[in-house]
Amino acid sequence: MEDAGFIIGSYVLTFLTLALMSWRVLRSGRRLADQIPDEDKYWL
Amino acid sequence: MTTIDKAPTVQRRSAGTGTPATRILGIITIVSMVWLVAFGLGFSPADRDQEEAVRIMYVHVPTIWIAYLAFVVTAVASGLYLFGRKKSLGWDRLAGASAEIGTTFVAMTLVVGALWGRLTWGVFWQWDARLTTTALLFVTYVGYLAVRRLGGSHEQRARRSAVIGLLAVLLLPLVHWSVRLWRSLHQEATVLDTDGDIDMDGLMLFSLFVGVVAFTLFYIWLVLHRTRVMAMEDMMEDHGLDEALAARRREAATLNGEEN
Amino acid sequence: MSSWRIARIVAAKDLRIEVHSRVLTNQVLPFAGVTMVIFAFALDADSVLERVAPGLIWLATMFSLLVLVQRSFAIETDDGALDAMRVAGLDPRAIYLGKAMALAVELLVLEVVLLFTAIILYRQTIPLNGVVLLVTTLLTATCGLAAVGTLYGGLASGFKGRETLLPLLTLPAVAPVLIGATRAVESALGTAGAVVSDGWSWVGLLAVFAVTFGVGGSLAFGPLIDE
Repeated sequence: MEDAGFIIGSYVLTFLTLALMSWRVLRSGRRLADQIPDEDKYWL
Repeated sequence: MTTIDKAPTVQRRSAGTGTPATRILGIITIVSMVWLVAFGLGFSPADRDQEEAVRIMYVHVPTIWIAYLAFVVTAVASGLYLFGRKKSLGWDRLAGASAEIGTTFVAMTLVVGALWGRLTWGVFWQWDARLTTTALLFVTYVGYLAVRRLGGSHEQRARRSAVIGLLAVLLLPLVHWSVRLWRSLHQEATVLDTDGDIDMDGLMLFSLFVGVVAFTLFYIWLVLHRTRVMAMEDMMEDHGLDEALAARRREAATLNGEEN
Repeated sequence: MSSWRIARIVAAKDLRIEVHSRVLTNQVLPFAGVTMVIFAFALDADSVLERVAPGLIWLATMFSLLVLVQRSFAIETDDGALDAMRVAGLDPRAIYLGKAMALAVELLVLEVVLLFTAIILYRQTIPLNGVVLLVTTLLTATCGLAAVGTLYGGLASGFKGRETLLPLLTLPAVAPVLIGATRAVESALGTAGAVVSDGWSWVGLLAVFAVTFGVGGSLAFGPLIDE
């Protein structure tokens, strides 16, 4: 049933995008945070 | 002036963008996502007309909902920057981070919506009011993001973006109005009434609710992290500028020294 | 000196420069004309052209708007004139209004020329009962376009890599005008059975758009050019 492909595909696409967005922000966050002293991080 | 070590010599790893609060938020978000999949793909019933295809709605509707939320946040943050007494750049960063997320979500809405449309209408795209307005929404905020990357000082970026962010929000009702009026002229007989709402039973409504909640939590989590990352990017840029100025001064000093 | 007087002076300056340099007549109008011609190459059927003529008029207007706006601000940034005006303490709202008025005049000339080109190339006719609607549409649409164009032109002018931003920002923003003006002109010309009375609701939309962006633009122009 080709419908299932579209339905599963939609969910996969959506969650893959969310995962990608999360991974990118966490990765750049880690990379930058290693270069900046903790005193400057206002959220701590 | 802050000193930044290129090669950190700390014993413990320096803190990232996460805090205990965001970690808890993150876990709750993942749990709600699992719930969403369970209800969306499993527990919720098939629709009378669309059958299983209706399940796409449970991820499709939350994405456009988050986009709207994100753009409202951008507009509010833009206003707070522009009209606030202190002109804190934090508002500008929040506006930018939120717009980035919103734009990505609109793109997801359009793609998943096309898949849904292919199943239910037989076509990937139609020029109906909703789709047309969403497409224009996407392009408008792509423009906003381009304005953010024009360069210049943080304050310049903030001021330009704030103006565009507020104008975009003004523009949207006008676009929506004109598109709806336009499409209402063309009452072609379509198999599916694209503007009509699906007759939803309790479980379907609940599944939709789970999706909206899950995505909202995700949005909050992501915007917090992204805003913090932007703060650090700005810090790095400032530091780079400080270093460049210091290097120029040193150069000038040595040149003067040689001349003397 | 009142803001209104400054605006008139700025508008007169822009128009005088235009009369001397003839960029509108020598470059933009021919460009618009060429656009109308190549539409026929792409839409190779008389019946299609006749049906979509109002849309083509406004499409050609939109593209020419981009050229006109870039020109409007090129004359400012070439010698730092815009900065000079600001440093001299001129109210940015007055500058905005003046430039928008000049742009509106140029746009009106453009639109009238395009209308007559369409009469010839796309076999359009103007029924007598549609004239008032047609003129009103031209005026309200032009005000909206001038308001948006001047605002985004101010943003996109100056540095390299900025002018290319103008089309991306402007075209989505003028989408309501494109939709409304085309429908109103279709009503005025009687295209595909449209009636004149339908056109007036579109003119209402165009008027709201013009007022919204006129007010918003005059407020936003100052912060945008103050760099």
